[in-house]
Amino acid sequence: MRGKAVTGKWSAAVLAALAMTLTATSGEAKSSKKAEGEAAAEVPYPSTYKPYPGRPTALVGATVFDGRGGRIDNGTVLFAQGKLVAIGGADMAIPDGYDRIDARGKFITPGVIDIHSHLGVYPSPGVDALSDGNEMTNPTTPDVWAEHSVWPQDPGFTRALANGGVTAIQILPGSGNLIGGRSVTIKNVPSLTVQGMKFPGAPYSLKMACGENPKRVYGSKGQKPSTRMGNFSVDRQAWIDAKKYMNDPDADRDLGKDTLAGVLKGEILVQNHCYRADEMAQVIDMAKEMGYKVTAFHHAVESYKIADLLKANGICSAVWADWYGFKMEAYDGIPENAALIAHAGACVIIHSDDENGIQRLNQEAAKAQAAGRRIGIDIPDAQVVGWFTYNAAKAMGIGDRTGSLEQGKMADVVLWNGNPLSVYTRPEKVWIDGAMLFDADNPKLRPVSDFELGQPGEGDVK
Amino acid sequence: MSRRAVLAAALAAAALPFAAQAQDLAITNATLAIGDGGAPIEHGTVVVRGGKVVAAGAGVAVPADMQTIDGTGKWVTPGLFTPMTDLGLWDVEAVDTSNDLEADDSPFNAALDVAPALNPSSQHVAISRAGGVTRATVAAFNGKSIFAGQGAVIDLAAAGSTGATMLMKPRAFQFVALGEQGAKLAGGSRVAAHVALRNALREAKELAALPAGSQRQSDAMLTRPDALALAKVLDGSEPLYVGVERAADIRSVLALKGEFPKLNLVLVGASEGWLVAREIAAAHVPVIAMPLRDLPDAFETLAATQSNVGRMTKAGVKVAIGMFTGGNQPRYATQQAGNLVALTRLPGAAGLTWGQAFAAISSIPAEISGYGGKAGVLAPGAVGDVVLWDGDPLELSSAPQEVWIDGVKQPLDNHQTRLRDRYKDLDTSVLPKAYDW
Repeated sequence: MRGKAVTGKWSAAVLAALAMTLTATSGEAKSSKKAEGEAAAEVPYPSTYKPYPGRPTALVGATVFDGRGGRIDNGTVLFAQGKLVAIGGADMAIPDGYDRIDARGKFITPGVIDIHSHLGVYPSPGVDALSDGNEMTNPTTPDVWAEHSVWPQDPGFTRALANGGVTAIQILPGSGNLIGGRSVTIKNVPSLTVQGMKFPGAPYSLKMACGENPKRVYGSKGQKPSTRMGNFSVDRQAWIDAKKYMNDPDADRDLGKDTLAGVLKGEILVQNHCYRADEMAQVIDMAKEMGYKVTAFHHAVESYKIADLLKANGICSAVWADWYGFKMEAYDGIPENAALIAHAGACVIIHSDDENGIQRLNQEAAKAQAAGRRIGIDIPDAQVVGWFTYNAAKAMGIGDRTGSLEQGKMADVVLWNGNPLSVYTRPEKVWIDGAMLFDADNPKLRPVSDFELGQPGEGDVK
Repeated sequence: MSRRAVLAAALAAAALPFAAQAQDLAITNATLAIGDGGAPIEHGTVVVRGGKVVAAGAGVAVPADMQTIDGTGKWVTPGLFTPMTDLGLWDVEAVDTSNDLEADDSPFNAALDVAPALNPSSQHVAISRAGGVTRATVAAFNGKSIFAGQGAVIDLAAAGSTGATMLMKPRAFQFVALGEQGAKLAGGSRVAAHVALRNALREAKELAALPAGSQRQSDAMLTRPDALALAKVLDGSEPLYVGVERAADIRSVLALKGEFPKLNLVLVGASEGWLVAREIAAAHVPVIAMPLRDLPDAFETLAATQSNVGRMTKAGVKVAIGMFTGGNQPRYATQQAGNLVALTRLPGAAGLTWGQAFAAISSIPAEISGYGGKAGVLAPGAVGDVVLWDGDPLELSSAPQEVWIDGVKQPLDNHQTRLRDRYKDLDTSVLPKAYDW
C-alpha cells in the first residue's frame, strides 16, 4: 500500500482503489494444540496446478538471454515435456519430433517474474467488494494468507502474461501492517481456483513493512504504533512472543505464531517493504537480534545509500526504476538506484507493485540500466534481464526451478519480437511449463477472464 | 527579442545563479523530429534566434555568425508538451502541507485557479525538465464539487533562468468530472452530476446577464466567483475539460453541445473512446488520454485497451498523451509514446507511427492547449524549446543531453542528480557524506 497514484486522479478508478473499507469480523478460531496443527498444516491448500500439454519445441536463431548473465547470439532453445532440454548455439542438433520455430531477429528470455504484486488481492475492477489486500485491523497479522484473498478472475493476470511475459508472481498482502501476512507464489496460469495457480513447492514469504504506512494506519486510529519507535517495539515483541511459542509444546495452536516460527526456523522468507536507508539498517539489526533473515527489501528507494551494507548481509533490493516523491520516505528515490546497487555487487530485482507496471518490468529494467550507463556504470543486457527473471526467482525461493534457461528447469519461456530492453518490443509467445499460453499471432491464445466475458472489449488485444 | 528574452537579458546583469540569455544557436546533422507528425529527418538542422525557431529541416542553411552544435549521432526535437499535469502544485504527495492539488474543504470550486500557487522551484518541475518536458498544462483535482477549477499553461524554465514565472496562461481551462467520479461528487449518481452541471451553467448564464450591482435569484447554489468563472466556459472563451471514461458517458458529454453550442469541449480520460471514436471525431472534440490503460479498473473502463489512442487517431480524433500526476511522471511521456509505436508490430493492435506518437507528446497537446504552431513544434516562429537527445527520444535508453527553453539553455540538475553524485561511491573514511556537496 503506497500512495496509489499511477492512474490519473482526474478519473474515478483511482478513488475506488484508494477507498479500502474495513470489514472487521471476528471469527471464533477453533482451538487446537500446536503440535497437531503443525502436522496437519504440512501442505494445507495444496497446489493443484498441473502443467498444460505442450509440444516439443525448438526455438532457433534468436538472441538468448539465459537470466543468469549468459547470452547466446543465434542460439537454440529446446524444451519438451514441460522442461528445458538444451540451450545452445546454432550448431546444436534438433532432435526428431520437435516443432521448429524460426526465431531469427527475435529474443528469448526466461519467463518474467514479479516478486511484488497485488494482483488478485487488489484486482480490477478496483471496487471495495474486491479489495482484500490489507487486513488493517491489527498491526501484526502474520495469521492471514494472501491466497485466501486472491480473486483468480482478476483480468490483470492476463495483461501481465500477454504484455509483460510474466510467468510467475509473488502476491503479497499490502503494507498497512507491520507484519502483513503470508504471500502466495503462483504460476501465471488462468485458473478457477488459487490452488490451480499455486506454484508447486514454492516456499511462503512473510510480508513485513516498516516506516510510514503502519504508523499512519494505526496512529490515525489512536493506537500503537503511531511512531517508528512504536513500529519496532511492536515487531520485536511479536518475535519474542513467537519464540516463546516455539519453545512451548503445550501452547494452543496460533496461526500467526506458526508463521513467525516458520520464519525463525528459516522455512518462510521475509519480504520487507522499506524505503529509507537508515530504516533498512535498523531492520537488519532487528533481524539479527531476533534470529531471522530478510530476503529482500521491497521498494528500497534508498538502497543506493547502503548498497555495501546490503551486499554484506546478502539482502536483495526489489525496486522500481524511478518512482519517487509520492510520500516522504520516497523523496530520495533516484533512477540510478538499481545500477548503483548492482555496481556495488548487491542483488537487484525490478518489481512492480502495480497492475500496470507488471506489464512492463522489462522496460523498467531497461530504464534503470540506461540511467546507470549515463554515469559510467555499464551493465550488460544479459545481466539486466536477470533483474526481472532469475534474481526474482531466487528471492522467492524458486530459483532452482525457474527464472533461468538451464537444462532441466521449468520451460517458462518468452519469445520477444525484439530486444526486451527496447520500448518497441512485445512478447510474441509465452510458454509456461512448456505449454504455449500466449501467442500474439493467435487471438484464441489470449486468455479472457470470466469477468470480461460478454463485456465491451472481450477478447480484444489489450 | 521576446518579452522573455528581454527579461532574461536584464536579469543576466543581476547575476542570478542560472541567469542566461537566449542564445542564438543552430544544431546540425542530427536526426530531427519536427513534432508535426512527420517521420524523423536525417541530417537535419534547427536554427533558433532571439528565443524563437527560425527554421528546421533538411538542407537548412546556418547563418554564418551563429554558434553551431554538431548533432551527429544525436536527435533533436521540440520540447515535450505534457497536458494535464500536477507540476508546480506539490512536493510530496502524501505530505498535505506541501500539496496544493486538492481543496476538499474550500467553499469554492469552479473559481479555484491554480496560477498563484505554482512553484517553479518544485523538484518535479526540475526533474521533468531534465526529461525533456518544456511546456505543460496544470490542473488541480476535484475537491467536493464536480468542478475542479481552472488550470494553467506553464513553461518549465528554471527559476531564475529567464526571470519570468512559469505561468504562460492562467485560467486556460475549466475541469469538470463526470462519469463515476462526477457521480460520486455530485451526490451519488451520474444523473445528479448532469443536473449539477446544467444548473451551474444556467446560474453562470443568469449572472452574466445581470446588470451590474443587481441581486441574483435567491435560490442560487453556486458562489458568485464560481458562477463568474463558469460564464467563460459558457461562452466558449475558456475550454471545458471533461473527465469521462465510459462510451455512454462520452456520448452524453458530446450531447451537451446541442444544449450549449458554444462549449469548447476537451475529453480527459476517454478509456472507452475507441468505441465512439467516429462520434468524437465528428464533434471535433480533442482527447487527452492515458495511452497504456488496458485494465477494467472500474466499470467505466471495461473496454480499456492500449489500442485506444491508435483507434481514435485513425478515426480522426486529435489525441494527446497526458494526465501525468503523482507516480505517472511527465518524463514518462516518451516511454508511453514509444509503446504506441510498439503496437504497430502487434497483430490486431492499433498503434501510431513514430511521427504520430511524437506529435501526441508535442504538437498535439500544444494545439489542444491553445498553442498550435507556437509550442511543441520546430516551426518558424515557434518558441525556441529544443531538446538534444543522446538517441531516439522514444527509446528507453535515451535521455536529453541539453534542453533549451525560449532559446535559454537550461540547468538539468536537481535533487536526484545531487543525490546520485553524492552516493556514486560510499566512501566515508575521511568525512561523512554530509560534507560531500
